[in-house]
Amino acid sequence: MIKAVFAAALAFSLSAAAPALADPAVVMAPGGAGGGYDAMARLPFEAMSKEGIFTDGATFTNKGGAGGTIGLAEFIGANRGNDNAVMSMGVILVGGILLNSSPVTLDDVTPLVRLTNDTGVVAVATDSPIKTVDDLVNAMKENLGAVSIGGGSAGGVDHIVMALIAKESGLEPARLNYIPYDSGAEAVTALGGGAVSVAVSGVSEFKPMADAGRIRIIAVTSEGRVEGIDAPSLKEAGLNVVVGNWRGIVGAPDMSAEGRTMWLDRFAKMHDSAAWKDILVKQGWEDAYLAGDDFVAFLNDEKTRIGEILKEAGLTK
Amino acid sequence: MDAITGLMNGFSVALQPQNLFWAFVGTFMGTAIGVLPGIGPALTIALLLPVTVYIEPTAAFIMFAGILYGAMYGGSTTSILLNTPGESGAMMTALEGNKMARQGRGAAALCTAAIGSFVAGTIGTLGITFLAPPIAELAFIFKPQDYFALMLLAFLSVSVVMGTSKVRGFIALFLGLSLGVVGIDKQTGLQRLTFGVPDLMDGVEMTVVLVSLFAIGETLYVASRFGFQKPNLNPLAGGIWMTKEDWKRSWKPWLRGTLFGFPIGALPAGGAEIPTFLSYTVERSLTKHPEEFGHGAIEGVAGPEAANNAAAAGILVPLLTLGLPTSATAAILLAAFQNYGLQPGPLLFINSADLVWGLIASLYVGNLMLLVLNLPLAGLWVRLLFIPRPYLYAGILIFSLVGIWGVSNSWVDLAMMAGVGVLGYTMRVYDFPIAPVLIGLILGPMAEVQMRRALAVGQGDPMVFVSTPLSAVLVAVSALILIVPALLQWRRTRKIDMPDETAGV
Repeated sequence: MIKAVFAAALAFSLSAAAPALADPAVVMAPGGAGGGYDAMARLPFEAMSKEGIFTDGATFTNKGGAGGTIGLAEFIGANRGNDNAVMSMGVILVGGILLNSSPVTLDDVTPLVRLTNDTGVVAVATDSPIKTVDDLVNAMKENLGAVSIGGGSAGGVDHIVMALIAKESGLEPARLNYIPYDSGAEAVTALGGGAVSVAVSGVSEFKPMADAGRIRIIAVTSEGRVEGIDAPSLKEAGLNVVVGNWRGIVGAPDMSAEGRTMWLDRFAKMHDSAAWKDILVKQGWEDAYLAGDDFVAFLNDEKTRIGEILKEAGLTK
Repeated sequence: MDAITGLMNGFSVALQPQNLFWAFVGTFMGTAIGVLPGIGPALTIALLLPVTVYIEPTAAFIMFAGILYGAMYGGSTTSILLNTPGESGAMMTALEGNKMARQGRGAAALCTAAIGSFVAGTIGTLGITFLAPPIAELAFIFKPQDYFALMLLAFLSVSVVMGTSKVRGFIALFLGLSLGVVGIDKQTGLQRLTFGVPDLMDGVEMTVVLVSLFAIGETLYVASRFGFQKPNLNPLAGGIWMTKEDWKRSWKPWLRGTLFGFPIGALPAGGAEIPTFLSYTVERSLTKHPEEFGHGAIEGVAGPEAANNAAAAGILVPLLTLGLPTSATAAILLAAFQNYGLQPGPLLFINSADLVWGLIASLYVGNLMLLVLNLPLAGLWVRLLFIPRPYLYAGILIFSLVGIWGVSNSWVDLAMMAGVGVLGYTMRVYDFPIAPVLIGLILGPMAEVQMRRALAVGQGDPMVFVSTPLSAVLVAVSALILIVPALLQWRRTRKIDMPDETAGV
């Protein structure tokens, strides 16, 4: 296998369109260090390097804010036609582009793979009077503004979850008292300390705190239940809300066909590798591998779906 | 007691030769990056994350901890000697420290900074050893209104004591505040003052302003005045060690700085800057030598330097005890833990006791190492000032430009450096204080976010700002800071029955 990679690399180094052999990849993470996009940018390269799939190293840039559109703009601006540049992204970016009327969109980049999915959780403080999804809906019906909600960036997947809960319950999603936090750590301390009444985040970010008895998870946002969490899915609780926080990788704008094939090949190998499986377990990520044209189709569906959700929810015009 | 046995085991891990070596590598690298403008501990550890594949976890974390502490040590050196802080936490150190260096007392300033860092780092590490769980609880106790009140206090206290002229001080502060609103508003996604420049969407990078105002402004100023100034005063005129008087004036600020730094560093939205602002203010108001402040008071170096090192210890508290990363550096450390399949939090102390206690013990070792590394170097660093100024400042200029370019690779940042550098020069020429610009830029956006969060939680009721005991006390103290000096002056002028020109400090 190493021989094959070497041969492939040699072939690429000979072709004019390919990047220089020892060029480290240029990787953008459109979120702060330590966050989901950051891990999605770094860990695949760690796996690829461990398995000898891609060993030229990588330079990582973290650029968070505004649902990831700031990082996207920078990525597009700096890397047009660069076969060596990739960016981590996910569903939050899809929404962020619409919400921020971003001048750049995902139409500008080259979709490569979807790699993981993180189920969301809705949680309350341990001593909260809200104990079930019904309680939450009733409290929201009683006084929507009094239920302050902590979560990720405005219009992000956490916000969409709450908007859909409101819509399903016949409430006006635009009037939610939604308070965006920069990190899951900030949101979880705000919830545990009683600064907000309910918070939404990913399983991986909230489960340790729930296990430690700091917060209580009242629902998960997947179709069914999640192993190890004693809470129903929103669907089971009677609300037709299923939202996944999926993440993946896109390539630079105007990436050449050779460049795209090269990366798809690398990710396919990485996905089958032991190192990647190890990372999935360590990070508590669900495998959601979807590559190439399938991913392009999925991404287009997702763009439409989220565009509609946000519009219906009154978050965009 | 558990902590003691744990710590003893930790020392047996940390004192193994290979771990001592990694501690040395970390502290040395940390000191170096602290000296270099623009490059901080978060970036360095992020760049080093791949080594976690090759070295065992204990060694890696010992090295990372050394980088974290070392960066805070190193930041003071250039602040004091060259008036060019490399990190925002070292900014307050430059105010008095550089004035001391200009009087030939640079070595004493470096010593008090190094010993203060050691004292604060050691007390902070003791805090991690014995007080971590209760201190970590602060993260849950602080609500948005408490953060806002804390920032209000930092704001008012620091603006009141800054500079020689209130008008100039406030103009500088508002310059900083307006730089702070540039970028996409994170709460609504609206763009503010970006003028369609994508590079500005993320806001004005604090490091760019810090380095330009201080380093570029200083370089231009020195260049423009070079012909007029007297030849260099001997940088070693004040000796290479602290005098008895220096010790007497330093030890209390060290302890007070630590008291600010450690708990605030442990807060999710705390950071290293706010404690240095508060420490500087407190030292300035408590000092027996108020006339020296602004002209090289050693308290103004000792306090903030202790505060920023204690804050560096503070950020490890919620990370180790709760698994909560409360700063960029902590977030990278968390990523490193996860690379090893470790989840920081209460269970880490049970499942990986060797690693945690080894890390904590290595903090003591690293601190001592930094002291040993830095004290003898103080006399050596000061000799940097013997370099002829044209060469010295050309070097500063190049290091600053490379530092900023290396961090962002953005032409807009370089252009902004030139613009802000000229601004820094103009401010020096017309005697405007520089620090309030950065205080506004750092605190403004933080205070805005917390204020809006507090109002959202309180559904628009302004009483939310005094709704918790902590916020009420902090708001009251802030009000006193604003009212009492004015009241005193009013009484004085009434008694004397003529305006007092000198009271407007």
